[in-house]
Amino acid sequence: VENVRLLDRLSSRRAVVGTLYLTATHVIFVENGSETRKETWVLHSQISSIEKQATTATGCPLLIRCKNFQVIQLVIPQERDCHDVYISLIRLARPVKYEELYCFSFNPKLDKEEREQGWKLVDLNEEYNRMGVPNNYWQISDVNRDYGVCDSYPTEVYVPKSATAHIIVGSSKFRSRRRFPALSYYCKGNNASICRSSQPLSGFSARCLEDEQMLQAIRKANPGSDFIYVVDTRPKLNAMANRAAGKGYENEDNYSNIKFQFIGIENIHVMRNSLQKMLEVCELKSPSMSDFLWGLENSGWLKHIKAIMDAGIFIAKAVAEEGVSVLVHCSDGWDRTAQVCSVASLLLDPYYRTMKGFMVLIEKDWVSFGHKFNHRYGNLDGDPKEISPVIDQFIECVWQLMEQLPCAFEFNERFLIHIQHHIYSCQFGNFLCNSQKERRELKIKERTYSLWAHLWKNRADYLNPLYRSDHSQTQGTLHPQIAPCNFLYKFWSGMYNRFEKGLHPRQSVTDYLMAVKEETQQLEEELEVLQERLANLQKSQSGDNKVKSKQQDRSKQFGLYTSNNSLANTPQEYSNDLKSFPSRSPSQGDEDSALILTQDNLKSSDPDLSANSDQESGVEDLSCRSPSGGGCLPSEDSGKDSDEAVFLAG
Amino acid sequence: MEFAELIKTPRADNVVLHRPFHLAVEGTLCLTGHHLIFSSRRQDNAEELWLLHSNIDSIEKRFMGSLGTIVIKCKDLRIIQLDIPGMEECLNIASSIEALSTLDSVTLMYPFFYRPMFEVLEDGWSSFLLEQEFELLSSVTNEWRLSCVNKEFSVCPSYPPVVIVPKCVDDEALRKVALFRHGGRFPVLSYYHKKNGMAMMRSSQPLTGTNGRRCKEDEKLINATLRSGRRGFVIDTRPLTVAQQARAKGGGFEQEVHYPQWRRIHKYIERFNILQESFIKLVEACNDQSHNMDRWLSKLEASNWLTHIKELLTAACLAAQCIDREGASVLVHGSEGTDSTLQVTSLAQIILDPRCRTIRGFEALVVREWLQAGHPFQQRCAQSAYSNSKQKWEAPVFLLFLECVWQIHRQFPCSFEFNEQFLIMLFEHAYASQFGTFLGNNENERAKLKLPQKTMSLWSWVNRPDELSRFQNPLYEANSLVIWPSVAPQSLQLWEGVFLRWNRPSKFLEEAEEERINIIKYNKELQAKVNALRRQLAEMETDEEAQEEP
Repeated sequence: VENVRLLDRLSSRRAVVGTLYLTATHVIFVENGSETRKETWVLHSQISSIEKQATTATGCPLLIRCKNFQVIQLVIPQERDCHDVYISLIRLARPVKYEELYCFSFNPKLDKEEREQGWKLVDLNEEYNRMGVPNNYWQISDVNRDYGVCDSYPTEVYVPKSATAHIIVGSSKFRSRRRFPALSYYCKGNNASICRSSQPLSGFSARCLEDEQMLQAIRKANPGSDFIYVVDTRPKLNAMANRAAGKGYENEDNYSNIKFQFIGIENIHVMRNSLQKMLEVCELKSPSMSDFLWGLENSGWLKHIKAIMDAGIFIAKAVAEEGVSVLVHCSDGWDRTAQVCSVASLLLDPYYRTMKGFMVLIEKDWVSFGHKFNHRYGNLDGDPKEISPVIDQFIECVWQLMEQLPCAFEFNERFLIHIQHHIYSCQFGNFLCNSQKERRELKIKERTYSLWAHLWKNRADYLNPLYRSDHSQTQGTLHPQIAPCNFLYKFWSGMYNRFEKGLHPRQSVTDYLMAVKEETQQLEEELEVLQERLANLQKSQSGDNKVKSKQQDRSKQFGLYTSNNSLANTPQEYSNDLKSFPSRSPSQGDEDSALILTQDNLKSSDPDLSANSDQESGVEDLSCRSPSGGGCLPSEDSGKDSDEAVFLAG
Repeated sequence: MEFAELIKTPRADNVVLHRPFHLAVEGTLCLTGHHLIFSSRRQDNAEELWLLHSNIDSIEKRFMGSLGTIVIKCKDLRIIQLDIPGMEECLNIASSIEALSTLDSVTLMYPFFYRPMFEVLEDGWSSFLLEQEFELLSSVTNEWRLSCVNKEFSVCPSYPPVVIVPKCVDDEALRKVALFRHGGRFPVLSYYHKKNGMAMMRSSQPLTGTNGRRCKEDEKLINATLRSGRRGFVIDTRPLTVAQQARAKGGGFEQEVHYPQWRRIHKYIERFNILQESFIKLVEACNDQSHNMDRWLSKLEASNWLTHIKELLTAACLAAQCIDREGASVLVHGSEGTDSTLQVTSLAQIILDPRCRTIRGFEALVVREWLQAGHPFQQRCAQSAYSNSKQKWEAPVFLLFLECVWQIHRQFPCSFEFNEQFLIMLFEHAYASQFGTFLGNNENERAKLKLPQKTMSLWSWVNRPDELSRFQNPLYEANSLVIWPSVAPQSLQLWEGVFLRWNRPSKFLEEAEEERINIIKYNKELQAKVNALRRQLAEMETDEEAQEEP
């Protein structure tokens, strides 16, 4: 479709005209204009909703909201075209078969071997060995070999050595969807562990001997402690209501040596609505500070994030400080349980705070234990009530921790944002389906590529410059402040306003420090070469031409590096948009015009205030590194915005 | 007066000090004329706390049997608690602190007694003279002149003795204009934009009154800053209705008929007393120890603090935009021209002028646009957020300015030579200090108090290389561009460094800062080494060639 206008949602006066293409996998908008053929690519699987708005004189507006929080507003001249696009997109955005997803057609031009290598990057067997199991207390159980006991669990599950197949099967019959207690994390230092399961089918009074034995076995696997915590991550009221349906929670009287604890995290429906409300706030055009803060509070989002963190902190403390094992469950044990177990693991074990370890953590607590990616993130057309930002919340918890502990993580914010992006993109096979069983049936590993290999290949982009493996923050258990630090939880504009570049800091400390570190490394290399040369020169007075030429190569490289970077420091495009500046003759009513001007300012000025550069000043310092973070994320679909300052708007 | 008269119990033993995020420590408490000193007697970890009495904002006392407790709330927002055994001792100490922290005579303040322990390398009192500023200006334009019309502070008591005004306006005209402006604050040059020759002036409101008085000299003065055929902007920091109401009290605004070349924009910035209320509410919210997330955000919202930040930044950006983008001259004023006016003009300069983002340049800005421009520091900073007195002169006007600078700093972390600590340090010294810099309400009062002779300047201390190194931003790389901050709510954050400073754990953040410094330092060291080696090699090679040739 031609002559489509792409609106900037922060400023209705800024729009670009271009052509809209629909392909089998993408929506592509190409700007007209010979010099800057800026393109915007959006994967169909990223589309969360499409809204056709009332036709106006200029055309038919179409609003596309994406799961990665991009919002695209198009105006299509012909109503008929708009309708066609709308209908096609609705169909394309809601595939019914896995085979329609992008990962089955995505081909990064890797051969079979490379693909297999990619899938081997994250190996859970290796991970359990790293944790220290199997050992005297824990063993691998093949009871779920053919998914015979629990179809949403992996085939290989670690259980206490004293738990026989009979106990496991018995316990599984007493748990929702047969998700019996299994090992999530084992703490080598003190034998304490984190296990996970679903809720017991206790109703008001039902008991199950095998389940009681199972919990005993978990306790015995930690000889240092005479009880275990059972943490139910639901609000107490929800858990009690479940009893009427024959489900519920553990009765302390029936299980010997347990301490039962509720930690109220709300269910997926509450979370879905909460995100929805927060996104509405993000989408407000020029909100006032009050609108924003009030809306943010009203959404409850940060309160929910804090609840998840609090649960994770409680468990990490129990394991690290008290040396007590913990069994975690919610209802089915695949949403809140996954969140809480992974937050706790992250706090306990520095390995999960490395790039590789974080991939392993997601693979372990989310992918292998049957977090329902397909349902939660709506990859295939399904029940909208199943959709909920469960892993988004976990990712945000990690970001909040990164803000409080800037040196503790090997990876940076961009790494988290890209993982979130690809959970929805379906470009890689990792997060397809709802369980390991389904993925095996689909032969995901033979037919698609692994995200982890892709991220690993580009790991230089995802490094946190402040991370040092010998730093105190990268050792042992993290102790985030548990004191009343409500104010430590902040709105994450890098994620939820990800595509509004104008709202973000104009210079990125991370990128700047990474550039410095890169330069440092080159300096180290050069220093070595220079020293070698010096030594050679001193040794033999006759000039060694070989060394000389080698050095020249070096310095050439080095020079190239600095100048490359200075390109990035070129001020960003600045289109002066003040044509609409009021140019009324001064003889007109003085007070009126002043008033109008002020109102206009209030309406449309604010979020546009963004530009760190101006045309006239030109390139200023060629030798300078690039602190102005104009770096475009590699897999991002949107083009860069041009920056303008519009404090005065007509 | 002898301070000793006020100190009935100069020393108390077995006092326990409580601070958030610290273990309680036992030690000895001493009171001197200007300090409260607490020293722990623990051998392993001797600790001393020195607190200026003038830093104390309010104190509360309560008793549990014979154990008295004093809660001290400081102007830098810290709260400490002292448990003092013995009711009499506790009462004595409390009343002494109360008396010593509320001395009403300026000359009894610590700066008049402070003897520096460092060698003065440069006298800060003469570091930033307007004459130097003018010299810089004259190198790019000759349209301005220095006027000494206010030499005796007779034309405008709150202006400095020398000001910069358009060349074509003589002192006689200035005297007339002063009579037409509130408090005699006639329009003077605040900032000259070298790039396009546009000027930012500041003043107070014109005294038009209800019958529309006019002053030809005033019109001539401000028109002198316009290029022929171009218009300028008057940015009035009051809403139109307030400006109109001001006419009833003799104030007013520039009428279109008399100032046809000027377009007036009303950009409302709250008056100082409203800001003080907001400050108190915000600090209350930050000190609230409850666990409920909802209440935190709603309290933050209810304080309106961030709204004020947003309004202020927007107004400053507007002024900057008029100058840089519109190529127009600007006149900024509110009512008195000593608060919101200065906030706007100084922030606009941060945005426009790279020099103001250096340490020296920022100090010069504070001297020029706040101290010399007559911001009444003594009134505004007499009390901080814990004040319960109902005097109505206190307001965090300067703190708001500092926070806006911090907000811009956060968005452009590599464009400022100074770091966050520098801004926090200025906040502290504005409220309580051993230096005389922020005493008095204007240059006139400072001259009468003979501050330059009798006290030490803050700048004499800050600009020593040892101190300066603590305030340098390791990421700084000169950025000669105009920097346009975002003022969207998503882009503005609470200034944790000030408001949560005493009730958040800061260890991890400090470690991160250290890490940043180390990364840069190591890089610079390597660079120096490589350069030295390169030179050495080059020398050796030329030597060698020289040897080979003959």
